[in-house]
Amino acid sequence: MRAKPSDDVAFRIGTGAFGVLLIGLVAAIGLVLLKQSMPSIQRFGVDFWHTTTWDPVAGVFGALPFIWGTLYSSLLALLISTPIAIGIAVFISELCPRPLRQPLVFLTELLAAIPSIVYGLWSIFVLVPAVRAFERSLPEVLQRLPLFTGPPLGLGMLSAGLVLAIMVLPFTSSVAREVLKSVPASQREAAYALGATRFEAIRAALYYARTGIVGAVMLGFGRALGETMAVTMVIGNSVRISPSLFAPQYTMAAVIANEFTEAADDLHLSALVEVGLLLFIITLIVNSLSRLLIWTMNRSAAVLSPADEPVEAVR
Amino acid sequence: MNAAAARKTWSSLFAAFCAASVLLALVPLAGVLLYVIVQGVRSIDLGFFLHMPAPVGESGGGMANAVVGTVIVTGLAALMAVPIGIFSGIYMSEYAGTRLSAAIRFAADTLNGVPSIVVGLFAYIVAVMPFGRFSALAGGFALGTMMIPIIGRTTEELLLLVPGAIREGALALGATRARAVFGVMLPAALPGIVTGIVLALARIAGETAPLLFTSFNNRFFTTDLRQPISSLTVQVFTYAISPYEDWHRQAWAGALVLVAIVLSCSLLARFATRRLQRMARG
Repeated sequence: MRAKPSDDVAFRIGTGAFGVLLIGLVAAIGLVLLKQSMPSIQRFGVDFWHTTTWDPVAGVFGALPFIWGTLYSSLLALLISTPIAIGIAVFISELCPRPLRQPLVFLTELLAAIPSIVYGLWSIFVLVPAVRAFERSLPEVLQRLPLFTGPPLGLGMLSAGLVLAIMVLPFTSSVAREVLKSVPASQREAAYALGATRFEAIRAALYYARTGIVGAVMLGFGRALGETMAVTMVIGNSVRISPSLFAPQYTMAAVIANEFTEAADDLHLSALVEVGLLLFIITLIVNSLSRLLIWTMNRSAAVLSPADEPVEAVR
Repeated sequence: MNAAAARKTWSSLFAAFCAASVLLALVPLAGVLLYVIVQGVRSIDLGFFLHMPAPVGESGGGMANAVVGTVIVTGLAALMAVPIGIFSGIYMSEYAGTRLSAAIRFAADTLNGVPSIVVGLFAYIVAVMPFGRFSALAGGFALGTMMIPIIGRTTEELLLLVPGAIREGALALGATRARAVFGVMLPAALPGIVTGIVLALARIAGETAPLLFTSFNNRFFTTDLRQPISSLTVQVFTYAISPYEDWHRQAWAGALVLVAIVLSCSLLARFATRRLQRMARG
């Protein structure tokens, strides 16, 4: 039987419709959140973003403490995880013996597979007591610094940053590894030919891959911003803005998780949805930017070197 | 001479730092897994799967309702996500150059990055508010939303891996595009796609945040899709933040089950993909 052109059209429309559904779903998330947060947007306007009072009883809502907590914990996580993630990426793609490579990739990616709730449970019983012990043992002099003020509860920003760092690590390191892989072998060969040590050659490769590495770090940032359960369980859930690593604080995701089912009136509900909308917009921007950077990197690398693999013999 | 020695030292130090990073990452991995296994094995027994949650103060009890709830909610999610994911994946790979396919890919990546708690909010507004009650269906909708982009992108990538010659062969024999895709390409990519679905299910079964205010929780056994339903993750959360020793034990047992699901699926997928790669090569 001869194929009719109309069959292809039907196929295209049929499968395309599901794709359009997918696009519609993303648009719907934005629109639905926007609509539902209208009461709060109309009531508080821009004040919502920069005031610090969150009082469901009085019906006054300012989300700054949550925005602060989300940014603080995520940046802290990046600060801890970025050097380690790059170290892992370099080790796996450049230094480790070939038979070790796949198992190590598998193990680091397993870190991403463990459910958030399991990290949370482990943190409550293992990480938080450890952090508490560390906080207790800190010398008196240091405890006067704004960074370390407050009682040694264990629950607080430091625990949140640590558990987030662990959870973000596999994402950053696997993208950084991919990015390093796309650096043309000629770059390293040139460095070795000039008499570079291994470190200098890798540094050149990292420099070449900097756009993609920044993209990888931002991807981790996007993950950290939206992480909910583990952070909710260890950050202490206290509405405040403090520079201290020891202070219990709050994040945007955590306040939604904690208060949403108990929100009694529409304004409270609407305010929580607006926090969600804000989180949606921030992660959207961060993730898009990250993908753009990684894409730019891969593209420029592909143009310069049509699919070459790093040469083993050089090492 | 001295400078060269310094450079060599730097190089070794850097290599040592990289190796240490890997070890540093493996410490929490081993820590979490070992701790969950030790604590979980101590708390788990057959009753965990057969009994209902015990009231505070009474020891024993299990999470039979939560185990069934997790199966139901993830099953619902798969029902929603598998068709949408696979068909949009087909479109993305078949019409890879088009503007629509780029838009779908962008939407899928965006959806993949939406925080799970935000998906929960969305599902609450769409699937809970209009009906005035939490339900298993709403939970399935939330998890399904998260699952779609994973399956869509996996399908796309695997279809693109199918050798072009196979597809062209089918087309040259006069098959329609639909025939070529469903009759030849999809079967070739199927093992990989199934692996992807299994991995997606494992990941989705471990989600808590989207369920907090969609399927909510239920102390009783139910299979009614219009009622709130318990799930392992939400139950573990409830127990973990409670002050009771017995409930903590239950939480560890629940965490062990979750980790076992994830581990076995990951290992399965790893062996499956290895076999696939070998087949592709041979």
